[in-house]
Amino acid sequence: MSDYLSRVNAGVFYLIVAIVLAFITIMCFVFLVKSYRAGIALGMDKKVLRRAITSSATFTVLPSISILLGVIALSGTLGLPFSWLRLSVIGALQYELNVAEIAAESLGLDGLRVSQMNMGAFVTIALVMTVGILGGVFCCIFFLKKYLGKIQAAPKKENSGKPGFGAYATTAMFVGMCSAYIGAYIGDFTSGKDSMPIITALVAALAMGVFEWIGKKKNLAVLDNFSLAASMLIAMAAAVLVGII
Amino acid sequence: MEKTMSEEQKRQFLDDFNNGLHRMGRIFLIVCVIALVAVPFVIGAINGVMPDGMGFLSGFAKVGIIYIPVAIVEFLVYTPMLGVGGSYLTFITGNVTNLKIPCAMNARDIAGTQAGTPENEIISTISVATSAIVTTLVIVAGVVLIIPLKPILENPVLLPAFDNVVPALFGALALKYFSKSLKLAAIPFVTMTLLCILVPAATSATSFLLIPAGGMALAIGYVMFKKGML
Repeated sequence: MSDYLSRVNAGVFYLIVAIVLAFITIMCFVFLVKSYRAGIALGMDKKVLRRAITSSATFTVLPSISILLGVIALSGTLGLPFSWLRLSVIGALQYELNVAEIAAESLGLDGLRVSQMNMGAFVTIALVMTVGILGGVFCCIFFLKKYLGKIQAAPKKENSGKPGFGAYATTAMFVGMCSAYIGAYIGDFTSGKDSMPIITALVAALAMGVFEWIGKKKNLAVLDNFSLAASMLIAMAAAVLVGII
Repeated sequence: MEKTMSEEQKRQFLDDFNNGLHRMGRIFLIVCVIALVAVPFVIGAINGVMPDGMGFLSGFAKVGIIYIPVAIVEFLVYTPMLGVGGSYLTFITGNVTNLKIPCAMNARDIAGTQAGTPENEIISTISVATSAIVTTLVIVAGVVLIIPLKPILENPVLLPAFDNVVPALFGALALKYFSKSLKLAAIPFVTMTLLCILVPAATSATSFLLIPAGGMALAIGYVMFKKGML
């Protein structure tokens, strides 16, 4: 095992992550208990409250397994403990990988490549990943009370039924990001620099296409939970095969 | 306390309850921010290194220009759906659009509560809290199971897999998002591809390309939205 990987997978790192996550989980539990009691005080049926808990728990299991696959995908470059932390709090796999790649490039690396990583790069990338996602948290700390107060006080507008541009902005943002990355992989391929990224991306796209097709054809909405992580793992397996060949 | 309250009593109770959640939520988030930001420094201190200031600022500038607006939009759009408690928990535990929002919506449907009611607030908070706890437990169980597999995962034969995790992500996402709107994707994709073919050096600066590509897609998306083409 490389020195870098043994350091980012050190036992003490697991302990630090476990402490942070234990605190967050305890707080979730406190919110849960307080809300449950408030529901009872409001005269809500205990059965309804319990159904909300059980339905949310069962709803969460499959997407959580998908998040776990993301932890595996991320662990090869950033180590298991940090991947565990990042995918258990704020953000999601798309964010973490994109930001880690941007941060790695900002440090002069070719990208998020384990072969080029060292502990100095790791802590800088980890800090960029952590601070970069705090925007929503700061909005909650400083503006949530005021904002929700205004929303609740505002007279209800007639709903036109048409979503605003905000609903499309995320799609547009992702389209832009994917254009930049896929364009760069094609550029690397045509210049003869590296063909592995475009091969991996094509296999991932193909796998995703198959998942989407099966999901629509068989009406299996459950596939949505797994399609991204599973497509990535299939493409990563293909990269290993191409590497061996 | 009486089993049933009038609507006015319910509102008053919810206001008091929410004020308590705001106070607790803010303290909770501030402690979390401190703990999360401390992690890279603690790991660095243990290993005798510290984050590179210039590298951090350069990386953060590129990340911030993309993700701060995204964070603001998510805050404005999703917090009214999640309510007070649900918002504090969702924004610290993450996986907002892929898990917490659909989970809370599902719980509301099952409970049959109406948007804007005190009951709805309660169900949203219960749903998000349960979801966050279950996710943590599933991932803990998974991590415990993965630990023995680490020697296999760190085998050099698997190096190409982890070195290409970003292309794997964006290949899959490209299919997903391009197929949602080919009209929206055509110009940014063709422009970026031509740029990278004609100026191969640009491929080493993908983090810079993200900004014009994202801006272009947003601008085209906005025009298409205004013309009713989305």
